[in-house]
Amino acid sequence: MTVATPAETDLQRPSLQPEGWLRYFSFSLDHKVIGIQYLVTGFVFYLIGGALAGVIRTELVSPMADFVSRETYNEVLTLHGTVMIFLWIVPVVNGAFGNYLIPFYVGARDMAFPRLNAVAFWMIPPAGILLISSHFLTGSAQAGWTAYPPLSITTPAAAQVVWIISVLLLGGSSIFGAINFIATVLKMRRPGLELMNLPMFCWAMLGTSILVVLSTPVLAGALILLSFDIIAHTGFFNPALGGNAVVYQHLFWFYSHPAVYIMVLPAFGLVSEILPVHARKPLFGYTTMVYSIMGIVFLGLIVWAHHMFTSGTPPWMRLFFTIATSFIAVPTGIKFFNWLATLWGGRIALNSAMLFSCAFIVNFVFGGITGITLAQVPFDIHVHDTYYVVGHFHYVVYGGTVFVIFSSIYHWYPKFTGRLLNEDLGRLHFLLTFLGFNLCFAPHHWLGLNGMPRRVAEYDPQFTFWNQVSSVGALLMALSTLPFLVNVLWSLFRGRLAGDNPWNALTPEWLTSSPPPVENWPGEAPLVEHPYGYGIPPGHLDVGVTTGQELWTGARR
Amino acid sequence: MTHDATAPHAGAHPDARLFGLATFLVADGMTFAGFFAAYLTFRAVNPLPPGSSYELELALPTLNTVLLLLSSYTFHRAGRNLLRDDRAGCRTWLLLTALLGGAFLAGQMVEYFSLPFGLTDNLFASTFYALTGFHGLHVTLGVILILIVWLQSRQGGRVSAATPFGLEAAELYWHFVDGIWVVLYGILYLL
Repeated sequence: MTVATPAETDLQRPSLQPEGWLRYFSFSLDHKVIGIQYLVTGFVFYLIGGALAGVIRTELVSPMADFVSRETYNEVLTLHGTVMIFLWIVPVVNGAFGNYLIPFYVGARDMAFPRLNAVAFWMIPPAGILLISSHFLTGSAQAGWTAYPPLSITTPAAAQVVWIISVLLLGGSSIFGAINFIATVLKMRRPGLELMNLPMFCWAMLGTSILVVLSTPVLAGALILLSFDIIAHTGFFNPALGGNAVVYQHLFWFYSHPAVYIMVLPAFGLVSEILPVHARKPLFGYTTMVYSIMGIVFLGLIVWAHHMFTSGTPPWMRLFFTIATSFIAVPTGIKFFNWLATLWGGRIALNSAMLFSCAFIVNFVFGGITGITLAQVPFDIHVHDTYYVVGHFHYVVYGGTVFVIFSSIYHWYPKFTGRLLNEDLGRLHFLLTFLGFNLCFAPHHWLGLNGMPRRVAEYDPQFTFWNQVSSVGALLMALSTLPFLVNVLWSLFRGRLAGDNPWNALTPEWLTSSPPPVENWPGEAPLVEHPYGYGIPPGHLDVGVTTGQELWTGARR
Repeated sequence: MTHDATAPHAGAHPDARLFGLATFLVADGMTFAGFFAAYLTFRAVNPLPPGSSYELELALPTLNTVLLLLSSYTFHRAGRNLLRDDRAGCRTWLLLTALLGGAFLAGQMVEYFSLPFGLTDNLFASTFYALTGFHGLHVTLGVILILIVWLQSRQGGRVSAATPFGLEAAELYWHFVDGIWVVLYGILYLL
């Protein structure tokens, strides 16, 4: 019996999606386009947030409020925090790299819900424009990114409500993204690919997304109640009306402590991808890495009140949250030593991607150690609401995550564009960033220990010198953006052609062309069971083959 | 990108929509969990001003609870009828479910207008309206979803025995909203 198979090849595909550069401005459903949209949008907001940081550091050059008024200073620090966290780090480290890489890593042609994915991205620009334009329309919020009542109830109401709407939109976007990541990692894996074969970034995104799904809605609920307090004059968080301001703090930190892990866990995952490639060694301790991520997810959900040791928390609560917080050092320490062991004895290529990743390890350890000190009640009471906290936080989130974002851009730029970034400019960028960052934030610890409060435009003249040092560091950080911008734009057109796999990497996104075709692979997705199989003698490994299947049958010869 | 028929994985695409909805409902449930935790903390540490109390009229909310639980059952029946390809039976049970949901909302309105306190009277009043109002919004959305499924389950519509996703999703959501109500009823009215 003969079976007639329909001719498949000459079907005209209906093309509803724009092609070329126009697709980056469209409601594209392609996860790679959405990833780049997140990345570029996020970077624009990084420049805005950076300019705001510039205003802060300029103001703090002298002890008096002479550059901007006190109210403007409050607005600027609120906008700086909100923009950097909700519009730069969370969207970029989750949305950009998550969307670009996860479908490759699970061997899928796209995310589980492409349309939801596009919706999640397109919630961000309106939210960002709303937030920033509020500065020119109503004046922007002044209560800091924490928006603690009663401060947020007594500062100008319209501005605070705009801030709440904007954060609600961004939180919704984040939840939609997380649902997509969970479904993609758990449900979209290509047949034959087990969970424990996945590249580490998948685990990091799975853990992050669990945190987003469990904690972001609680913040949304708190902000809705806060908006009632502002608009309808209810008294949920207003002690003057019989309410309870500490409940807001609990609800806020139930999200905002995990938010630190939402910002830093994906960075852990990205570093775990970058280090093995450039050290030519397998990722050390894969299984312990997985359990550490899940341990951090669990512990991250039960430590929030360590932000509230001076809010009248009862002794049993202080005890519990100190111990739980200190425990986080265990899984984090496991990851740290795993990275060191990955580097140990490797053939390290000290290129820009690697420099940023190694600097991440250094910065993050420092930020982690100051984090442990902050978890201890007596110490925390001394430095609460001082610059020590500012220093700690920026070591974690800038020295940690932002360094990894830059590292990742150097690592995956050839995948995005097919061209390499310029190494000399990259190293200059690294040098300026690393020097500027440490110069800017290391003095904050000393300032805080000596009692300089944060979020105030004016300070005691005895702190002038170290504030000026810090501002010089900030200037260096601002300058460091220039070689990076030049590099990214110049390399887009004139950069050295990268070929499909310039790093000889083994993770699946490199086993296709650069930039990849619309549905990721021309044929079937490769089955990569050993994404970190480096260190096999070069002769046994033909990285020129196009599928992981061939690669591994070749390697086991 | 659209999945066209020539793609190697065409037809093998796993359907994660119900899973995605369930994940979303976990998130939604966490919003309620935050509200519940806030309410219980308020109750434990913030005394009410003199002259106000936590006492609420129980008859109407209890009737409402019964209506909502009943509607979960009728929705379940609608789903079973759809899978048995009994379209008419399915649509009848769907309409009945929507009616029960509507009756619940009407009951809620009657209760709102008969209460002795307003939104800003005291902390308990504010919390009461916030919790029941947020839940009421969920019920309203649920009734709209049921009516949409009812429309789609007509002859030639996109909900059928072979493609039951629309109904299954609405049903999962509806059971979730009912479950939340049971907790809410317990801590707001009975406690």
